[in-house]
Amino acid sequence: MFKSKFFLFFFFILFLFKPLNAKEPSELINELVNEASIILSSSDPVESKIIRLNNIAELNVDIDGIGMYTLGNYRKTLNDDQKIKYRKLFKSYFLKSFSSRLVDYSDPKISVVSEKKINEKYTIVSTVLEETSKNPEVKIDWRIYTKNPDRPLIRDLIVEGLSLARTQKEEFKSIMQNNGEDIDYLFKSLEEFIIK
Amino acid sequence: MKKILKLFIISAIFNVLTLSVFAGSDGTIEINSKTNNDNAEVKDCFETINRGVFAFNQGLDKIFFKPVAKGYRYLPRPIRTGTSNALNNLSNVVTIPNNILQGQFKEAGINTLRFSINTTLGIAGIFDVASYYGLSRLDKEDYGQTLGTWGVKEGCYFVLPVIGPTTVRDTLGSMVNFTGGDAWYNVTIANDTQYFKNSDYYYSRLSTGVDFRAKNLEAFDSLEKNSLDLYASVRSLYLQDRQRKIQNLNETTETMNDDWEEVDAE
Repeated sequence: MFKSKFFLFFFFILFLFKPLNAKEPSELINELVNEASIILSSSDPVESKIIRLNNIAELNVDIDGIGMYTLGNYRKTLNDDQKIKYRKLFKSYFLKSFSSRLVDYSDPKISVVSEKKINEKYTIVSTVLEETSKNPEVKIDWRIYTKNPDRPLIRDLIVEGLSLARTQKEEFKSIMQNNGEDIDYLFKSLEEFIIK
Repeated sequence: MKKILKLFIISAIFNVLTLSVFAGSDGTIEINSKTNNDNAEVKDCFETINRGVFAFNQGLDKIFFKPVAKGYRYLPRPIRTGTSNALNNLSNVVTIPNNILQGQFKEAGINTLRFSINTTLGIAGIFDVASYYGLSRLDKEDYGQTLGTWGVKEGCYFVLPVIGPTTVRDTLGSMVNFTGGDAWYNVTIANDTQYFKNSDYYYSRLSTGVDFRAKNLEAFDSLEKNSLDLYASVRSLYLQDRQRKIQNLNETTETMNDDWEEVDAE
């Protein structure tokens, strides 16, 4: 009796501490790619596709982390209000940019090739965007932040060896440098992009 | 003067179509090195002028190169694949000496075999027969990359009219092609052979560019549409790409050493 109670308790604890949605990084990418593929190949209106794609991004991408990384050293100079404003603007900017990049593809075929754990915090999932009659094969590596193994998050896409996060960071840096290091100018650029 | 002009035109055709889209404050760009976290700074010299030249190149791309690349897309796929294969095969005459100069003797051997097989059995490289025999295509190498491998720093980053983004090192590297370093240039232009004409060289360079542009139409449109500062994005991509090619990086692990740690700590 005691034994069976103990096992019941043990499984209860296990259940409690092991979320059902815990995913391996390559599993995350597989699911995400499949989900995006279903959305993109559907006959839904573009607006509906964008909303659904954005939902996927919000769940699986570390948008806040990317935003802070992208700001580089300038993030240290922001006050709390500016940080809140930046986070909000960056999220809108990121989602718009993310969905508009994807929505042009009708049915991208991406397959996972390998997964490499770099350390406790990062795993690289290598994928290939298959060749089409128009475009050559493209290697895409996904940098997954795995500090919380139950909720892996995408932090960067490395397309043919070129980091999108770094490119974005250097773009923001250039905007700041060319406009007297004024964060308001970056806010203005982001706002213009969002309403475009 | 005529000779300089000729060199400039050849250099332009050679570079523009492969690099113009990757075109690129007195800003500095940080590129990570392979072995440690040191950041090498690449100066963007004359940024104001560079941005003007970049805008000019963009205009040229819109009115000429992009429409030509779109037209090229209408050709049947086997023709495009054959063209791409033949041009890739031709690029071996620059890649092989650079493999040797960089100490990549195994790669030099593979590329020499590939070049021999594809030029003969593959009918001037149109068919990639070598891949069928298990000799997979390797990365291209050029004299700019060789200089980088030897430790020569990038020098200033700048944008040239028509040619597009470059650095002092890459420009010096390109010049080697026109001073005996490119066998294809030697047999078509530098020496008067009865087998090839000057135009063969120009056509091959033009085709290389059009082929590259056609393969990347959507990628460049997307970049243009989603950039807040296209000039800065292109500069970053160009410098990252050159760094990766010089280090012959096939994995992304080495590019992960910037300030994510700080972001996590905050």
